[in-house]
Amino acid sequence: QKVTVEVLDHLEHLALVDFRDAEGVERLQKAIRFADQLREVNTDGVEPMDSVLEDRCLYLREDDVTEGNCTNELLKNAREKVEEYFVAPPGNIPLPKLEERETFLQGS
Amino acid sequence: LAPWVPVVGLEIHAQISSNSKLFSGSQVQFAAPPNSLVSFFDASLPGTLPVLNRRCVEAAVMTGLALNCSINKKSLFDRKHYFYADLPAGYQITQQRVPIAVNGSLSYNLCIDNKMSQMVTKTVRIKQIQLEQDSGKSLHDDTRSQTLVDLNRAGVGLMEVVMEPDMCCGEEAAAAVRELQLILQTLGSSQAVMAEGQLRVDANVSVHHPGEPYGVRTEVKNINSIRFLAKAVDYEIQRQIEELENGGTILNETRAFDAKLGCTVPMRDKEGKQDYRFMPEPNLPPLILYDAKSLPANTNHQQVVNIDWIHERLPDLPSVKRAKLVEQYGILPEHSFALLNEDGLTEFFENVVKQTQMKPKKVIGWILNVLLSYLKQHSLTVKESPVSSFLLADLLNLLEKKEISSTAAKQVLAELWKGEGKTPLEIVKEKKLELIQDQKELEQICQAVIDGQENEVIMMVLG
Repeated sequence: QKVTVEVLDHLEHLALVDFRDAEGVERLQKAIRFADQLREVNTDGVEPMDSVLEDRCLYLREDDVTEGNCTNELLKNAREKVEEYFVAPPGNIPLPKLEERETFLQGS
Repeated sequence: LAPWVPVVGLEIHAQISSNSKLFSGSQVQFAAPPNSLVSFFDASLPGTLPVLNRRCVEAAVMTGLALNCSINKKSLFDRKHYFYADLPAGYQITQQRVPIAVNGSLSYNLCIDNKMSQMVTKTVRIKQIQLEQDSGKSLHDDTRSQTLVDLNRAGVGLMEVVMEPDMCCGEEAAAAVRELQLILQTLGSSQAVMAEGQLRVDANVSVHHPGEPYGVRTEVKNINSIRFLAKAVDYEIQRQIEELENGGTILNETRAFDAKLGCTVPMRDKEGKQDYRFMPEPNLPPLILYDAKSLPANTNHQQVVNIDWIHERLPDLPSVKRAKLVEQYGILPEHSFALLNEDGLTEFFENVVKQTQMKPKKVIGWILNVLLSYLKQHSLTVKESPVSSFLLADLLNLLEKKEISSTAAKQVLAELWKGEGKTPLEIVKEKKLELIQDQKELEQICQAVIDGQENEVIMMVLG
């Protein structure tokens, strides 16, 4: 079962990844096939494990102020800033639709 | 025309009242220099990890208990992915699969036909309460076509309270939120001040004909006060009804409430249905809560949240406080409502009662009809009242001892309101407002009036 172009396009939109070429898509297919092996195990009546940390204790922190006050350090990473604000584009710039962008997926 | 049944559900985000954030040690404070209350974790710098704040867990448990929820002894954290400039990590840590509390209820009261004396109690089911991170703030600069981002709010702890669609109009939604606000403030788990963004409400609205399936719902955002909540919900109900009666359809969309125009408009930047790709938060083990029975021996209590310990220390909720006021002072239920509805008013009332011989049933009239209307006229809070409970009690004592009349008392109060430091007795003497008790003196005054109005007296006697 191949992953459809619609799903690949959807993933590129959601995660802003670029499958780039046939090799990239094949790598994804292989990863899915690998993960699908899980379905071969009979898990009837078994609680799913969703974290290897499930037996660990979740550490609880005291409600004290111990961090912050490092505006300058943080803003050093900003490409653009205005006073002490980070600058971002006016809104999300959506990835253009499949027909409108140059992507290997077009040809598939 | 077949009747329409409106259906209203609410998603409420309450900022947790804590010193530091949900997963980091930076400070929680409204209005601080931009990006000054931001830790490396809040800015999503690589190599940082979330560390859960115990106070936030306690706040959520308290709130869950107050709303009659089942507290999940094991709850989980998840990542909700979406891109926005004020969400530096590209995901929000929330509790989508197993939240901390579920299946509760909230009782609230409505006046029938705006008559305080006719109150009806309604209930709304609480689907769940979950802990999650707040996002930063975006300031849109349209002139320069850019957005300025302040991450001070990013990572602040939120309790999301989901109310089932058991409400049917703006008034019910507003009353439910108001009661929730009072409960949160009583618990101290959130200060719940809508104007400061500590309480945000989104409404889910749909309409359908009785007996038919629920209609398509819209989500209404950008509601900044309880009054606007009622307006937004009622507008949206009307809009949907009109649209459907004109043969149109309702889109499953997000709309913003425009307070100036009093209507809802479609929100830009919300393209279609979002796929949040929920996944377990890999850096946080499950959150385990204990009660007296399950508490393991030899535990460090800093590392343990005990549901029973929290339950024992819950303060009286508003509904309990109201019932106690009615019982203790013999006032009416609607009086207790009005007392709790104004910050500090109950305390003021109780202080006056303590210091006066006047019966609480009479005092309440002075508090609710006279004092409160003065405060409203001058836009003052109870704490800002120029007349203290001591002064008011003093005045009411004069009235109770029949040294002045009720009318005179109101005049004295007007003087006291000026806050010039005079006592009620001083004002009474100054303005000669004392009631005359002496029979002879009264006769003399009456006689003088009659003597001065000879013609009118003759007319009266002749009939």
